Amino acid sequence: MTVAERTPLVVMQDINVAFGGVHAVQDATIDLNAGEVIGLVGGNGAGKSTLMRVLSGAHPADSGSILIDGQPVSIKNPRDAKAYNIETIYQTLALADNIDAPGNVFLGRELTRAGNLDDPAMEDATRKVMGRLNPNFQNFKIAVKSLSGGQRQAVAIARTVHFNAKILIMDEPTAALGPAETAQVRALIRQLKNEGIGIFLVSHDIHDVFDLADRISVMYHGQIVGTVNKVDVTIDHVLGMIILGKKPDEVTQTELAQLHG
Amino acid sequence: MTNVADATPVSGRVQPPARTSIRGLIAQTEIDLRLFGMLVALAVILLTFNILSGGKFFQPTNMVTLAVQATGVAIIATGMVLVIVSRNIDLSVGSLVGVVAMTYALLMTDWMPNILGMGADFPFRWVIALGIGVGLGASIGALQGFIIAYIGVPSFIVTLGGLLSIRGVVWYLSSGAAVSGLDPNFQLIGGGAQGSIGGNLTWILGLVGCLAIVALLINSRRQRRRFGFPVRPVWAEILLGVIGCLAVLGVAAFANANFWPKGLAEKYAAANNIAIPEGGLYIPTGFPYPIILLIGVTLVMTWLATRRRFGRYVYAYGGNPDAAELAGINTRWTILKTYALMGILCALAAAIASARLNGSTLDVGQSYELYVIAAAVVGGTSFAGGIGSIPGAVLGAFVMQSLAYGLSFMGVNSPGQNVVAGIVLILAVGFDTYNRRRGR
Repeated sequence: MTVAERTPLVVMQDINVAFGGVHAVQDATIDLNAGEVIGLVGGNGAGKSTLMRVLSGAHPADSGSILIDGQPVSIKNPRDAKAYNIETIYQTLALADNIDAPGNVFLGRELTRAGNLDDPAMEDATRKVMGRLNPNFQNFKIAVKSLSGGQRQAVAIARTVHFNAKILIMDEPTAALGPAETAQVRALIRQLKNEGIGIFLVSHDIHDVFDLADRISVMYHGQIVGTVNKVDVTIDHVLGMIILGKKPDEVTQTELAQLHG
Repeated sequence: MTNVADATPVSGRVQPPARTSIRGLIAQTEIDLRLFGMLVALAVILLTFNILSGGKFFQPTNMVTLAVQATGVAIIATGMVLVIVSRNIDLSVGSLVGVVAMTYALLMTDWMPNILGMGADFPFRWVIALGIGVGLGASIGALQGFIIAYIGVPSFIVTLGGLLSIRGVVWYLSSGAAVSGLDPNFQLIGGGAQGSIGGNLTWILGLVGCLAIVALLINSRRQRRRFGFPVRPVWAEILLGVIGCLAVLGVAAFANANFWPKGLAEKYAAANNIAIPEGGLYIPTGFPYPIILLIGVTLVMTWLATRRRFGRYVYAYGGNPDAAELAGINTRWTILKTYALMGILCALAAAIASARLNGSTLDVGQSYELYVIAAAVVGGTSFAGGIGSIPGAVLGAFVMQSLAYGLSFMGVNSPGQNVVAGIVLILAVGFDTYNRRRGR
């Protein structure tokens, strides 16, 4: 790496989060460039989602700093994060099931006319975004509860696309989807990356990550084990980091044997 | 039947449901079927009592009395919808009505003349009293809302505490005594022959209502045209407009078929030198003030719930509290506001209750919480959160009150009325739950 490298889009430095006595995230440092996909992997409870919740404002860090475009910022709640064009697609999708698609896309950021909700304008904008994401989508007036998993995912993604995310956090985006819908989401991630959006991809699916990510950060017991360039490693290397919590060159032969045993 | 899903999708444009069945035709008018069903249920109840009573029940005096009796519960039920939609409950409404009603009574009999120096001839005394009552209601509501939203005590507990302690405060306010003698202008809020807007104003209001319906239909059509969205077929628009206007004018005509009592009309004629015509003097009462208040509250609350961010946030929180929080909504502030709103509505209901009594007693508003919750639930509000409509709750209040009034008209005593009310509550919710499960 050269000294003259460009300023990263996001730097999270020495982030700590504790729940009671449990260190969910410990001195975690991670960075993300524009047009880059970082795969964030690790076992259950490794702290991936918690670290991302710090960036999305859902759970403030106990200590540590966040830099956006090199500037230190303070993110205390989801509104702060959105102000920095950080958009998040949660594993649960975070949709209000009883409200229709336009209502969900604009939730918290409604368009108004003379102080009243401008539902036609919101429906129009949603139709435009959906035309790009999922042209078959036609159910703009019914509660999203009645939509299929893929359509609900599309609503959650439409929210981030409409508001011009610069930094996108996707927490297990394909966990609940069928093969066709998974392919759709993968294509979308590539498209967004090409548009210069920086993406944190949190996933259990190592193949998803290897397919999409430029770099892979591995978390183990709240700490970042290491960040590797995808082209430098194999799936086995990364699996070793996930399971043993050590970098490939620190792993002993016995440990490796156990891993394959 | 053509399958809409098979048509080539064109982004940004949709075909209206192209079905020719009756269900399809109703769908094209976009009428709320639940609400329509409740109207039918209400009509059936009224007609049944009318037949059972040999046609005596369906007289304007009866209907107007019934409606006025339902106003207090209906007004509070509009707020209870928002509270239940956001997964909370308010058990303190009855006590809140009691404390504000007692405050009105004491203000006008004691505090205003003796402490504030506002004698009986002080201008707009009733407005000032009403303002103080509404302020008191809003403050108590906001305090409960603060404890619920910001401190995190469950709403059931906070408002149960409110139910007990606020009722106790009513006793301390008047040392247990009943207080009577309100401002004559304030008494008009309670309705009655003089507390009504009269025949001409009722017709004018009916016409304004018709114009508003037409304007709303046209505006909504224009809004959808603005973006090239599908609109209702013209026949459906005209049908809706005609039905709406007929309904409004019908209710106005009904209210105007109610006349001043004979004695009161003759006294009025004597005082104003009006010759009593052959066959007696008939002065139409028109809409009573409490009904006007209820109409106003229903319109404002519906607007808040469906056209404002506040309402959207209440429903979003009810649908998924986490999603609302993650969307950056200030959920605590939203919850606090629902309780402050409840306090205001309780103060309005208290005004009607105390005006009807011309004073206040220890038990004004007792058990209101039960009737209000029943009205909201019969009106389609779901305890699971996120679902409920304000016109539905108002209709629910009318359904429950019609049953109570009708049964008492038929000579059924109050325990008997309670038995029926309880069963109807369970049946209504059971039917609704069954319908929803089937509809999915």
